[in-house]
Parts: sequence; C-alpha cells; structure tokens
Amino acid sequence: MSHTPHRLEVQNISIGYGNKVVLHDLSFQIPHGARVAVVGPNGAGKSTLFKALVGLLPVQGGQILIHGASLGAHKDCVAYVPQREEVDWRFPVTVNDVVMMGRFMQMGWLKRASAHDKDAVQKSLQQMGIADLATQSIGQLSGGQQQRAFLARAIAQEPHILLMDEPFTGVDITTQEATLRLLDHLQEKQVTAVVSTHDLNLAGTRFDLVLLLNHRLIAFGTPQEVFTKENLAQAFGNSLLVMENGMMLVDECCPPEEKFTIDD
Amino acid sequence: MSFLLEPLTYEFMQRGLLASVIVGVLCAVMGTYVVLRGMAFLGDAMAHAILPGVAIAYILKGDLLIGAGVAAVAVALTIGLFTKDGAVKEDTAIGILFAAALSLGVALISTMQTYAVDLSHILFGNVLGVSVSDLWLIGGLSFAILLTVAVLYKPFLVISFDPVLAATLRLPAELLRNLMLVLLALTVVVSLQTVGVSLAAAMLVTPAATAYLLTRRLLPMMFVSAAIGALSSVIGLYLSYYFNVVSGSAIVLTATFFFLLAFGWKRLQKAS
Repeated sequence: MSHTPHRLEVQNISIGYGNKVVLHDLSFQIPHGARVAVVGPNGAGKSTLFKALVGLLPVQGGQILIHGASLGAHKDCVAYVPQREEVDWRFPVTVNDVVMMGRFMQMGWLKRASAHDKDAVQKSLQQMGIADLATQSIGQLSGGQQQRAFLARAIAQEPHILLMDEPFTGVDITTQEATLRLLDHLQEKQVTAVVSTHDLNLAGTRFDLVLLLNHRLIAFGTPQEVFTKENLAQAFGNSLLVMENGMMLVDECCPPEEKFTIDD
Repeated sequence: MSFLLEPLTYEFMQRGLLASVIVGVLCAVMGTYVVLRGMAFLGDAMAHAILPGVAIAYILKGDLLIGAGVAAVAVALTIGLFTKDGAVKEDTAIGILFAAALSLGVALISTMQTYAVDLSHILFGNVLGVSVSDLWLIGGLSFAILLTVAVLYKPFLVISFDPVLAATLRLPAELLRNLMLVLLALTVVVSLQTVGVSLAAAMLVTPAATAYLLTRRLLPMMFVSAAIGALSSVIGLYLSYYFNVVSGSAIVLTATFFFLLAFGWKRLQKAS
C-alpha cells in the first residue's frame, strides 16, 4: 500500500477555536479509497477535525495535504456533509436544486447544466432513494430525507474524499441503510470516505480503518488493531461497556436520542 | 384606450413610465436577496442613509445620483467599521447610522428655501421630473446591476442558502457579501428619483415578499417579483396621474395590494 499516493495526509496539525485548542498534534495518512470511521467520546474533536479538513477552521500549525498538495489547491474534490446542515430551510430551492449545487464547480459558474450534470444529479437522487422527491421544496422533507438530499449533493460533486459527520445519528432506519449502501458504493468507486460515528460496532464491522480520537490521536489502524482494551480505556475511560458477546456500548449520560445497532 | 394612451402624449410621462418600470424590475430582483437574506432593515437604513448625500448634492447643484452613491458607500463602510471584531452588533450599528443620516439629511434640507417641495421630492420621488440624461443613468446602472446578479447567480445562491458549502467550494464569501451590499446601495440610489428614499425600501421588500408566497424556486421567484414590480410601477403611475397623488406612494400602495392578494390566496389555499 505504501507505493500508492496518499489521498489525505495530515501532518502535525493542531486545531481549535481562538485560544482553545481542541485537537493537539494530529498526524495520520489515509490511503486511496479507504473507509475510515472516526470515533471518540462526545467533545473529543471529531466535528472539529472535519471542519479543518474542509477549510472551515484554520489549522494552528502543521499541514493538510490532499493528493500531496495543500488544502485549497483542489476546489471541489472534498465533499462534506455536516452533522446538521446550517442552511436556510425556508429558502426557495427544490431537492433537485440542492443536489445540482454539487455540480456548480464542475459545470462552471456561468454555464447551464449539461446532460452529464443532470445525469449525475439524477443518479445521486436515485442512489439515496429520493428521486421521487426531486421537485419538493427542501424545507418540506423529513430530517432523514433532508440528510439524504445533502448526501446526494455530496455524491453529485463526484468527490475524491467524502466527509460525513455523524450520518447515523438521529435519522430513520431508511436513511441509515441508504448511507451504509452508499459506503459500499463509494468503495467500489475508490472514493475515500471519512465518517464519524458513535456506534463502535458499526465502526468495527463496516469500515476498513478506525481513527480513535480524544483531543489527540489515540490510535489509527484496522478495527482489530484499534479496538483494544487499553486504547478504548484511554479514549472513553469508564464510560465504555464491553458485553460478553463483544458488543461495545458507550455509556454517555443522557444521550440525545436512542441509537440503533444494525447487524447486517 | 384613450384612458391608457392619454398620459403618454406627454414626454415626461413616457420617461417617467420607463424609469418606473426599470426601477420596479431592478428593486424587485435585488429584493429577492433582501427578503431571503433578511436584509429588509438594512435596505431601509441604506435608503435613508443616502439622504444627506442627496441634500448636499442638491445644495451644491450637483448630480443627485452621485451624491446618493457617495453617501451609500460611506454608510456601508461605516457599518463595516462599527461592527468589525463585534464591537457593536450589526443591527445596532445600522440603527444608529440610519437615524443619524436621516437627521443630518433633514437638517440640511431644512436650510433650503424651497424646503417642503424639495423634501417631498427626495423622500417620495419625483418621477415626472426624470430627464433624458437621468433616464440613461438609471437604465445604464440598472443594466449593470442586473447583469452582475445574472452572472453571479450561482455564487449568490450558494452563499445565501448554504454558507458551509460556499466555504468548502472555496467561494470568496466575504467579497461576495460586500458586493451584494454595494449592489443593494446602488439599487437604492437608482430608485431615488422614482419612488424616493423613504419608499425605496418598500419596493425592495414588497414585490419580492409577494413572489416568495407564490413560487418555490429562486429563479421563478425573481421573475415573478420583477413582473409584480413592473406592473405595480405602471398601475401606480396611472393612478398617480388620474388621482393626482404622489407617484411613489401610488406605486408602493399598488405593490402592497398585490402582496395582500397573494397573502389572501395563500391563506385560502391552505384552508382548503
């Protein structure tokens, strides 16, 4: 694997808000087409890492390289789906319009959508199972459908790296399943997927690599390498329960919503 | 028919009508962003803030549009200065400048001898006083503003709808936002002569708000808004001619009537 160019390389970055540093001295390399789960306790800096990777937060020292070039050299090869979209839900756009925005960089700011653009949008909508909602206003959709619309936009962008922040949290089963199918599809297309999740079992079964964070990098490697007692204790302290059947549960006081585990 | 054609036998009416329609369309299109981005207060403030510039230009017998333009840019920059690093909240800064500029403008105008007439022209517009050169200026500026809006349709859509996407696509969001403010200021300046400073804000908000009730996508919203703006201008001007009321008021009241119609229709639709 060492001879392939690294898609995403992070060298000694620290990230924070103002003087408060949330992530210290992070370094890792994500190879071509890997599916990476980012796990860690609440407030460990998972969302912060994602924001830095798309350039929403400046890094304090260190550098982020994509295909060996620094962040910003590529305009749209990174797509990002935040935990909760901070969009204006009352804005007059349809689902189709939203997904088409993913094509803007490739179609150019002045050109009209080509047949290829429309095709890419249609395929993305179908992939996420929302083709029948294409002409609906984005604000009329349910939360899960909205998330699928934004995932569809991310695919329509045809990115090399797709970042998803907690796509399995607080959404309906249909959306969870569509997202899991999307992960497999991305792997076939050799798209690198970096996904944060609270679900350690999902991270252990559906991902090639796991990045364990708690304000710093605790471990990075295959699920077997990362999910050791020592690593998990370092990341989660006493809040982790390992059941006899190997099922791992994180005891977070008052979780925001019930979580499901999908064993397929 | 003669009812419609009679006013047009006067050249000043022809020019007035043309100017009103151009401004109606321009305000309506810029207004979609004002409504969607919640800039109604800013538009109102901008309209009043140009008053001192207009008054000074009037006293010096200079071009009113240039005076207005200078004042608008000065106010926009001052708002930026006050709100830099969060020293003062933006709506507070706008409120302070809005009141100060309006007072300064009225103070300057009150020194004029023909005070009442001049003030009413500046505040409510004097569409029948549009000269040929005014018309060229209004047309040229409007064309430039609308062309910019058309060229930057996609970036403006992205920064208005989804700032996070704008950042990931590396759009110069700050620059685009400032450009939008400049376009807004210029729009207010252009509408000075037809509807006047106090009613320009209404023309920015009312047709666009009406279109928002009737459409579900941005581009149709812009076209419907433009149509309502143009129609309100034409109907308003005829009303002004036949009932001898101030043109700006007649235009804005017509636009408000359309808004009420759309609002009522929407209500009925929901009820059924």
